[in-house]
Amino acid sequence: MSIDQAQPTGATASGHQSLVPGVPLLRVHDLSVGVRSGGRTVQIVEGVSFDVDPGQRMGIVGESGSGKSLTLRAIAGLLPKPVEVLSGGIEYNGADLLGMPAKKRRALMGPEIAMIFQEPMTALNPVMRVGDQIAEGPRRHLGLSAKAAGELAVQMMARTGIPDPARRARAYPHELSGGLRQRIMIAMAVSCGPRLLLCDEPTTALDVTVQLQVLRLLERLCEDTGTSLVFVTHDLAVVNQTCSELAVMYAGHIVESGRVKDTFRQPRHPYTRGLLESAPDFDRPDRALVPIPGFPPNVSDRPHGCPFAPRCGYVRDHCTEAVPPLTEVAPGRLAACFESDRLDEVLA
Amino acid sequence: MTTVAVATATKAMRRPARSRSLRAWYRNGTLMAGLVIVGLLVLAAVLAPWLTPYDPVQQDLAQALQSPSSAHWLGTDKYGRDVLTRLLWGARVDLRIGFLAVLIPFVIGSVLGALAGYFGGWFDTVVMRVVDVFFAFPFYVLVIALVFILGAGESSIYLAIAAVSWVSYAKIMRGELLVAKKQDYVVAARLGGMSHARILVKHIGPNVLSQALIYAMSDIVMDILAIVTLGYLGLGIAPPTAEWGSMILDGQEFITTQWLQATIPGLAVVVTSLGLSLLGDGLSDQLSPERRK
Amino acid sequence: MLDRFRFVPARLLQSVPVVFGVTILVFFMVHLLPGNPALTILGQSATPERVAALNTQLGLDEPLWDQYFLFLKRLVTGDLGESLTYQAPVSGLVLDAIPITLSLLAFALVLSLVISVPLAALAASAPGRLPDMVVRVFTLLGQGMPQFWVGIMLILLLGVKARAFPVGGYGMTAAEHPYYLFLPALTMAIAMCPTTIRSLRASTINVLGSDYVGTARSKGAAGIALFRGHVLRNAAIPTVSIIGVNLGYLVGGSLVIEKVFAIPGLGSLMINAIFTRDFPTIQAVALFVALFVIVVGILTDVVYTAIDPRVDLSSKERA
Repeated sequence: MSIDQAQPTGATASGHQSLVPGVPLLRVHDLSVGVRSGGRTVQIVEGVSFDVDPGQRMGIVGESGSGKSLTLRAIAGLLPKPVEVLSGGIEYNGADLLGMPAKKRRALMGPEIAMIFQEPMTALNPVMRVGDQIAEGPRRHLGLSAKAAGELAVQMMARTGIPDPARRARAYPHELSGGLRQRIMIAMAVSCGPRLLLCDEPTTALDVTVQLQVLRLLERLCEDTGTSLVFVTHDLAVVNQTCSELAVMYAGHIVESGRVKDTFRQPRHPYTRGLLESAPDFDRPDRALVPIPGFPPNVSDRPHGCPFAPRCGYVRDHCTEAVPPLTEVAPGRLAACFESDRLDEVLA
Repeated sequence: MTTVAVATATKAMRRPARSRSLRAWYRNGTLMAGLVIVGLLVLAAVLAPWLTPYDPVQQDLAQALQSPSSAHWLGTDKYGRDVLTRLLWGARVDLRIGFLAVLIPFVIGSVLGALAGYFGGWFDTVVMRVVDVFFAFPFYVLVIALVFILGAGESSIYLAIAAVSWVSYAKIMRGELLVAKKQDYVVAARLGGMSHARILVKHIGPNVLSQALIYAMSDIVMDILAIVTLGYLGLGIAPPTAEWGSMILDGQEFITTQWLQATIPGLAVVVTSLGLSLLGDGLSDQLSPERRK
Repeated sequence: MLDRFRFVPARLLQSVPVVFGVTILVFFMVHLLPGNPALTILGQSATPERVAALNTQLGLDEPLWDQYFLFLKRLVTGDLGESLTYQAPVSGLVLDAIPITLSLLAFALVLSLVISVPLAALAASAPGRLPDMVVRVFTLLGQGMPQFWVGIMLILLLGVKARAFPVGGYGMTAAEHPYYLFLPALTMAIAMCPTTIRSLRASTINVLGSDYVGTARSKGAAGIALFRGHVLRNAAIPTVSIIGVNLGYLVGGSLVIEKVFAIPGLGSLMINAIFTRDFPTIQAVALFVALFVIVVGILTDVVYTAIDPRVDLSSKERA
């Protein structure tokens, strides 16, 4: 079995669905995620909607607690207890992920949807050789023999730029560096040739120099195979390097979305703007950094009206009365802000 | 990232936050259940002379081996003594020895372990080598051998248990101290010019003692089991004094005809241990909630 | 791979002082006997001649340290002295009893794992739910039951009432041994289960919440495959040392259990020796048991190293 056969390009390999025409690869619709206990409900993610088309690369940016990671985990079906999907829908290739039987959904995990986690230190099983961990998915989903899956694992490691892959395949995770471990995670994720790759801050735990290599690798792999990407991060610069589309989350809501280039050039939500102004820009080192005042609200007591209002420089009275809906402010641009029109400044 | 949101969300569900107030103790169901069970047992033991009209030791062979009746709720043993009466009087012996037996090893072990852990060096080495030697002997082997050497009886039981179980306290306290002495608050106190004694007693003591205390609860269970076992082997409290272990030994003879005789005292041990275990679990929830995840 | 096991010779060397300590303790036990040991052993009615004879036999009339070195010297040659009851070398008695006790222990260990692993997995799969509560009650009760009483109850239920198992003895043939050892092994397994289950449950819950189990789930693993492939081995790591300590405790318990079931192992040997005041036999059993515990301690580290590739006990700072 060669790698090419395991890829979704061209003829559909075993274990892969054919694409349903006319629907996005991933559709998240009005998704709410939270904790329910007794009569109380705490919403962490509220009414999030977005589409990802085949081959599209989407970044979701937000601070800790904004709900971006939980949104991603809801798609993967890996919400930590006691968090659950409260309402809304997630469709993959036209099929309802939340409604389908658990077994059918698990069969998608690997060959159709794969996930890369934040901490390559803890996301690998410490007592299993990395080669075996990569081979596990292909054995289960592609029906490969142990030997064939092992060979595929070595090829996958070679593809992710791991030197001396045959020897490294026999290593345990703790014997490898952080960067190598994250490459192993990536090799594992792409081993069954998924069409959708979910990344949860895959570079946050890595040294800056290694970060860039890993991002380049992800970008190349996605480009080579036409894989779609949903990339969660708190780092705008990372999105700029890897993604074409952007959604900004704040306090459980998407507050702005659009193409990365457009959004960076002219943000239409005060929070996005605040994020851009508070991040260092190596192209313009003389620019003053402007931090966003205050802290994001606690999940259990979000303010009435626009959640960003207490920290917002553009705030007006009506901002605290109702939650601004996510509306189209320009072609392909959505923002959830009553005062969006006042943000017409072009940043760079 | 995820964990932050989830933690705050779940914390919000659990409001009001746990506090060390009396109400929090009251709310701790495990602790309360343990307190109630142990409390009732202690009460029964203390009030034994007034709870039953019979004598625990006086034989009445005409009444031997009776089945449960309104006069003898749990029947009588082979000497015609009321089983319930002996059960209650047995609680006096087993509970008293169990509780008292913990004290000596608790003090000796904790102090030696704490000093070894805090000061390290040759003292630590010596103490830990001795601990290793004692640790090589299984609990029962040493207790049985020592009770034999010292002669059956209550004081031998105290000595034997003390000689064996101080080791566990020493190990626990040493481990706690090794961690505690590296904590910032201890380093800060030392830099602030406090004496070792003051640091040990004032700063470290309260923080590490809870672990030894929690262990002591399970240790009482161990000790009661040991006392009962010694009684069963005929090495414990000498007959005719009522004691649960020797009651089981007596009852075992009649296992085919009067199976209650061996079953009932064992159940008494189980209930006692259950109460003490719940108490220990509840205490550990209360004293170090952050460790029990 | 193999160089992670370099610690074994060092560990063996480290146990030398402990072994010496053990011999000292075992030796001086006899001198803790109040008054004249020989008189205590023989009873107050003993004739002076017999006391003198025993003093010579035990070497009690020589200086203490000379006695100890004599004791050590004989120990090295495998001479554990002469049983006062059986008038036979103690080493022979002990050697006959060892395989019986060891097979009982091994049987009990297997049974306890067969009981503990599924129960711990069940409890950990839904913490706080009904199965977890039931398992918790079982462990709480199990911890508080005197082992010998559990044995008696099993004899009552499965031996006397159900007539499914023999009520005592070891059986005559090799085929009969497992059948006869089942109830005592089960008794000891029940004693061992609570701590094993508690530890395994806690570590399983821990592992189930770990990132790498999330990774495995994201590869489509679930159910038994997930448990076998990713959870069990990781969860077993902290439990191994608990089982190691437990085994030592269990040897002690087996003394009493053997007495209950009339199994001619080390336990019966020691308890009978106590009642006949057969001091050399008591010393020999105590010595063997302590050595066994020391060996189990080293074996525990070996198993620990074998299942966790991160452990390297050879280099101290990493361990």
